[in-house]
Amino acid sequence: MAGNVKSSARTSRDANAKSQRGTEESPFIKWLLVSIAMIFTIVFLLLPLVNVFAQAFSKGWSGYLTALSDPDTMSAIKLTLLVAAISVPLNVVFGLAAAWCIAKFNFRGKPLLITLIDLPFSVSPVVAGLMFVVMFGLQGYFGPWLDSRDIKIIFAVPGIVLATVFITFPFVARELIPVMQATGSDQEEAALSLGASGWKTFWYVTLPSVKWGLLYGVILCNARAMGEFGAVSIVSGHITGQTDTMPLRVEKLYQEYNATAAFAVASLLALLALFTLGIKTFLEWKQERDFERAQHALPEPDPIAPSSNP
Amino acid sequence: MKNKLSFRSLFILLMALGLLPGALTAKDVTLLNVSYDPTRELYEDFNKAFAKHWEAKTGEKLSVKQSHGGSGKQARGVIDGLQADVVTLALAYDIDAIAERGKSLPKDWQKRLPNNSSPYTSTIVFLVRKGNPKGIKDWNDLIKPGVSVITPNPKTSGGARWNYLAAYGYELKRTGDAAKARDFLKALFKNVPVLDTGARGATTTFVQRGIGDVLIAWENEAILAIKELGKGEFELVAPSISILAEPPVTVVDRVVKKRGTEVVAKAYLDYLYTEAGQEIAAIHYYRPRLESVAAKHASSFPSIKLLTIDGDFGGWAAAHAAHFSEGAVFDQIYQSGK
Repeated sequence: MAGNVKSSARTSRDANAKSQRGTEESPFIKWLLVSIAMIFTIVFLLLPLVNVFAQAFSKGWSGYLTALSDPDTMSAIKLTLLVAAISVPLNVVFGLAAAWCIAKFNFRGKPLLITLIDLPFSVSPVVAGLMFVVMFGLQGYFGPWLDSRDIKIIFAVPGIVLATVFITFPFVARELIPVMQATGSDQEEAALSLGASGWKTFWYVTLPSVKWGLLYGVILCNARAMGEFGAVSIVSGHITGQTDTMPLRVEKLYQEYNATAAFAVASLLALLALFTLGIKTFLEWKQERDFERAQHALPEPDPIAPSSNP
Repeated sequence: MKNKLSFRSLFILLMALGLLPGALTAKDVTLLNVSYDPTRELYEDFNKAFAKHWEAKTGEKLSVKQSHGGSGKQARGVIDGLQADVVTLALAYDIDAIAERGKSLPKDWQKRLPNNSSPYTSTIVFLVRKGNPKGIKDWNDLIKPGVSVITPNPKTSGGARWNYLAAYGYELKRTGDAAKARDFLKALFKNVPVLDTGARGATTTFVQRGIGDVLIAWENEAILAIKELGKGEFELVAPSISILAEPPVTVVDRVVKKRGTEVVAKAYLDYLYTEAGQEIAAIHYYRPRLESVAAKHASSFPSIKLLTIDGDFGGWAAAHAAHFSEGAVFDQIYQSGK
């Protein structure tokens, strides 16, 4: 059977090659286009990235480590991790709930809900930050009430978390909605009709079917939560060693003429970006493979293919 | 099995939420000094010196937190609830705004400390590239075509407002005609390719990004750039006339009363006026007020004829209303200049 598949793949590839030949440009044009694309990628993406690391290590490993072990920088790293550790789980819960009700149910106001979920994408982060200042600032709606009870939101950690949650809100939901819509509600209905409780259905049927989409959403959400600058900058107050997140710390170090340290922190953010890209590529590859396996498994169930992957 | 695992990790992550209040309630004796842009290095040194002094005197361990940015932006932050125990801003008007709009301190705050509550002064000078290729000597060289001038945005930066008023004062003194002074500024801002929000941002633009032929800067910022950054890459040019910039300091009453930091906050500012505090200011190229320290460092600072905000512009309230409020001179010349 495997041989069959291979040979059919080969014939289709040959057919592809033949059909392309008719519309193919001359080799010169082809190479010109390819090299333009490559030069663009190298100049605008690769060189700046390499430069970040080159600058970060301009004083060697020890310089790099000294820069990162500065107490104010350490506190910025800790704060960034804390903010991500709070806002990512919150967004997982919000995102799952939102995607679940959008994909599986029909109700009035559904288009409005979908639009609202996308709002943080369309609002400038600066506006998002100012929104929270207007709400919770001392001159804002809840400011005096909060102040009289000594609750700090703006210019403190809760404000940074709020802004980050707002900015990263769409990531999980946006990833999950199409996946959930594609799987439909047949399997859940089957589970329910067989007597599973609502929670059981969710944990054993819904969640496994969207787990890769969920993981992808979480990774993107985390990358943005750690990298957000605009909204966080407005609500942070920029107190060194207290309300500086990593991106804010990069700006501050750069303005304090400490380029090596600035790029050392920036290199951590760049590593996060590379890690995110790696996971994203892996997940896409894995999804494609699972999909292919599932397709092959359709006509004649393959006993080797893991049954947990629908 | 897999699902249970993911459920558990989700649960653990959610527990992180429960840790949040714990992380927030950890407290020690702290002061927050909300300051303007170029004072980063000054207060880094001063805070260490004061913490040592305070511990020797009272036995209390003190850590002073800093926040820096454009003076106007920082004042806005304090008005919106940034818990500053003390503010050390670029000009009195920004603290007036905290008194008026934030109702956080009395309106006569400037009388509470000596010398208009300004423990150090500075002035506005030019920073040019090595060899002064555009031959910039005085304010009138800045309006020549082809000269690119870097100055921050007067709407957000205190330093930029001093820059602006120094230029205005120069032309007003020369011609005695307010309309001509206005045209002069219009021509000057036509030569400004980018307005940064704070003085440090403008310095970074000029020094590190290499944009512009001349930076209008705080004297302390210009000397810092010459001494610490590109040795031999920049030169200071003292114009024939400039302005006496008095960056004031004060305690934010509303915050210190609530946090119980009145005594230490006041001592912090008083220490700026002592010989030790003045010496630190002088080392960071701020002009000290104390005669003995000023005499010692006299050679560091060029002698320039200085206008004063009260003597030549009728005080900050009048200057702000005439030049920087919504629709005033700066808005008119900057919009029509574009």
